[in-house]
Amino acid sequence: MRSIHWASLGGALALILALAGCGGSSQTSSQAASAKGPIQVWYSNNPEEVKWGEAMVAGWNKDHPQDQVTGQQIPAGKSSEEVIGAGITAGTTPCLIFNTSPASVPQFQKQGGLVPLSDFSGANAYIDSRTGSRAGQYKSPDGKYYQMPWKTNPVMIFYNKDVFQKAGLDVSNPPLKTYDQFLTTSQAAVAKGGVRAAIWPAPSSEFYQPWFDFYPLFIAQTKGKQLVENKQPQFDSSDGIAVANFWRQMYAGNLAPKEPAQGDAFATGQAAMAIVGPWAIAQYTGKVNWGVVPVPTKNGMDPAQIHTFSDQKSVGMYSSCKNRGTAWDFLKFTTSSANDGQLLELTGQMPMRTDLPGTYGSYFQSHPEYKLFADQASRTVEVPNVPNSVEMWQDFRAAYSKSVIFGNQSVDQSFKAASDQIKTLVSQ
Amino acid sequence: MAVSAPAPAGARRPRLQTLLGEQPIGYLFVAPFVIFLIAIYAYPFFYSIYMSFYDYFFAAPGAVVDRPFVGLANYTRAVQDPLFHIALRNVVIFLLINVPVTVVVAMVLATALNAAIPLRSFFRAAYYVPYVTASVAAVSIWLWLFGGPGLVNKVSGPLAPNPTWLVNAFWVMPIIALYVTWKGLGLYILLYLAALQNIAKELYEAASVDGAGRIRSFLVVTVPGLRPATLLVVITSVITGANLFTEPYLLTGGGGPDNQSVSPVFLLYRQGIEQNHPGYAAAMGLLLVLGVLIVSAINRFVLERE
Repeated sequence: MRSIHWASLGGALALILALAGCGGSSQTSSQAASAKGPIQVWYSNNPEEVKWGEAMVAGWNKDHPQDQVTGQQIPAGKSSEEVIGAGITAGTTPCLIFNTSPASVPQFQKQGGLVPLSDFSGANAYIDSRTGSRAGQYKSPDGKYYQMPWKTNPVMIFYNKDVFQKAGLDVSNPPLKTYDQFLTTSQAAVAKGGVRAAIWPAPSSEFYQPWFDFYPLFIAQTKGKQLVENKQPQFDSSDGIAVANFWRQMYAGNLAPKEPAQGDAFATGQAAMAIVGPWAIAQYTGKVNWGVVPVPTKNGMDPAQIHTFSDQKSVGMYSSCKNRGTAWDFLKFTTSSANDGQLLELTGQMPMRTDLPGTYGSYFQSHPEYKLFADQASRTVEVPNVPNSVEMWQDFRAAYSKSVIFGNQSVDQSFKAASDQIKTLVSQ
Repeated sequence: MAVSAPAPAGARRPRLQTLLGEQPIGYLFVAPFVIFLIAIYAYPFFYSIYMSFYDYFFAAPGAVVDRPFVGLANYTRAVQDPLFHIALRNVVIFLLINVPVTVVVAMVLATALNAAIPLRSFFRAAYYVPYVTASVAAVSIWLWLFGGPGLVNKVSGPLAPNPTWLVNAFWVMPIIALYVTWKGLGLYILLYLAALQNIAKELYEAASVDGAGRIRSFLVVTVPGLRPATLLVVITSVITGANLFTEPYLLTGGGGPDNQSVSPVFLLYRQGIEQNHPGYAAAMGLLLVLGVLIVSAINRFVLERE
C-alpha cells in the first residue's frame, strides 16, 4: 500500500516538474530577433490561399535547408481572431500568421502577443516602399508597425447581369451611382428580376459586419475618412447619417432582408447584388453572370475618386516565435514582387503594393475583370488602429442594428449615443 | 501479569487507518475524477472570482502587463449595464416558457410511453433523437422552418408575423424556448420514465378501486410520485436554461434582432473572448451563478416540502 502512495507522490512531483519545465525561456527578445532556425507559419484555409502558402513554403525550403518553414492552415474556429487570441494566451501561436485582421491588432498588441516589426533593421522602409502612403494606416499609436499590410479585397458592388436584364435595367452601365439610383434600381430588381432581395448584407450583430454594409459607403461618402480619427468618432456627422439613412430605406423597403441568408445570397440567385471584394469571384464563377461597380455615394462621384473599405489582411509576427530572424526573412520573401504576383495569380486578391496595374500588367491584360479592383485597391481605407477596437465596432453595430436594420430608433439619436460611448472607449 | 507495550508501528497504524479509512487505495481510484473536477471546474471557478476583482485580460506567457485591482467595479458595471439587464430579462422569459413546458410535456409523454402503446420503442427513440443531434444541424432545420419563406410561414399564411419569427422582437425568445424544449425533451422523458418504474402499481389499483379514472390517477398518483424527478428536471432545466448560448449564437446570428435574444452567457463570451475583458465577464458569470443558486434553492423549497 505504502509503495502505491510513494508512487503517486512521485508521479505528481514528476508532473509538476514537467509542467514547470514548460514555462519560461532563457532567450531574450533581442537574441530572438536575430535568431535563425526552423519556424512555423499559418495561412488561411481557403483552397486558393492554401495553394499559395504551400508554394511559398516549398520555394523557401528549397533554398534554406537550415531554416526550414513548416506551414499549416489556421486551426478551425469561429473566427481566425479567436483562434489567434487563444493561441497568444497559450503561447502556441506560430511565428507568422498570414491572416491577421487589422481590427484585432490593438488587442493582440495589448496581450503582448505581437512582435514590433519596426524593430527589425530596415523594416519601416520596406513596408513604406511596398505599400506606399496607405501603409501609415497600419501603424500603431506608438508609431511602430506590429503588422505587415499584406493583401486587400477592396469592397465593391457586384451585380447580376441576368437579373438586371430581366428587370429592364442597363447592364453595361447600371444606375447605381447615387443613393436614389441605387434605391430605384433595387426596387426594379426585386419587382421584376425574380430575386427575393436587391442586396443582402448580413444583418447579424457580429462586430465586423459594418465593414460590409455601412463602412464602405461611409468611406466613399467622406472621401476616405476612418470611423474614428484623432480619437474623434466621425460617423455621427451629416455624411454618416446620410449613409445610415440610405441603408435604413433599403431595410424598410424590404430591399435588404432583416434575416440572415441561407448560403451565399448572390451566388444562389436570391439577391441581385452583393457588397464584397474580389476574393468572392472564385465563388461566383460559373454561377453568376456578374459585373462590378464602385459603391454608391449620396450624389454620385467620379469613380476614380471613390474610396472604399480595404478588407485587408496583414501578416503578424507573434511573440512566441523564437527564430525571428528567419521569420522576418521569410516575411520579406513572401511579400517580394514575384511572390505578390503569385498571390494575385492564384487567389485574385490584391497585394498591398503600389501601382498594381503597372507591376502586374500582363496579369490584368489576361484578367480584365480584375482591373477595376486593382484600380480601386489604390484607394482603400482601413479600420482605425485604436484601443478597444473590437468593442468599438460592437457598440457601433448595436447602434446600427437598432436604428438602421430594425428601425427602432432614429439614426441621429442612435449614432449620437454610440459616438459618446466610442469616444470614451478609444480614449482609454 | 506483565503487559508488553505495543510496538510503535502498531500504534501509528490505527491513526493512519482513521485518516485514510480501511481501503486507502480507494483514493487512488477517485483521484482521476477529483483531479478532473479541480482542474476543469474548481480551479477556473475560484480563478474567475479572482479575475472579477481585476481589470483582467488574457496575455501572452511572460508578457509584462498591468492588470489593476478594481474592487467591485466589474460588479457595479454589470449591475448598471443595460445589455446585461436585457440578457437577464431574455433568460427569464426563456425559463418561464421552457421549464413549465418541459416538465408538463416530458411528464405526459413519459407516462404515455410507459403505457403499452403500439410502436412504443420507436416513439421512445424518436423523442431522443433531437437530444443527440448536433446543434448546428438542428439549428439549420429550424432556420429553414421559421425563415421568411419557410414552412411555418407557408402554413400560417396571413397569420405569420412580420418581421418573421426569428427576427421578430416579440417571438424570438418563445421560439428559442420551444426549440430548446424540443431538443432536450428526450433526456427529461428518460428521467421520468425511470422514475415511473418506482411508482408502486398498487397505488394505481387503489386509486382505481376508489373510482379514479386515468386523468385522476395521473394527477393523484403519477404527479406526486414523480415529485423527486420533477425537482431534478426543474433544477437541471433551470441550470441549462441559464447557460443558454448556442441558440443566440447560431439561431439568431448573435442575439438578434437588436439584442432581443442575447443571453447572459452569450454576453460572457462576447466580453470575455471576443473583446478580451474576462474580468468583467467573470463578474457577470458570478452574478449569474448567484441567480441560479437562488432560483434552485426556491425550487427545492417549493418542490420538496411535504
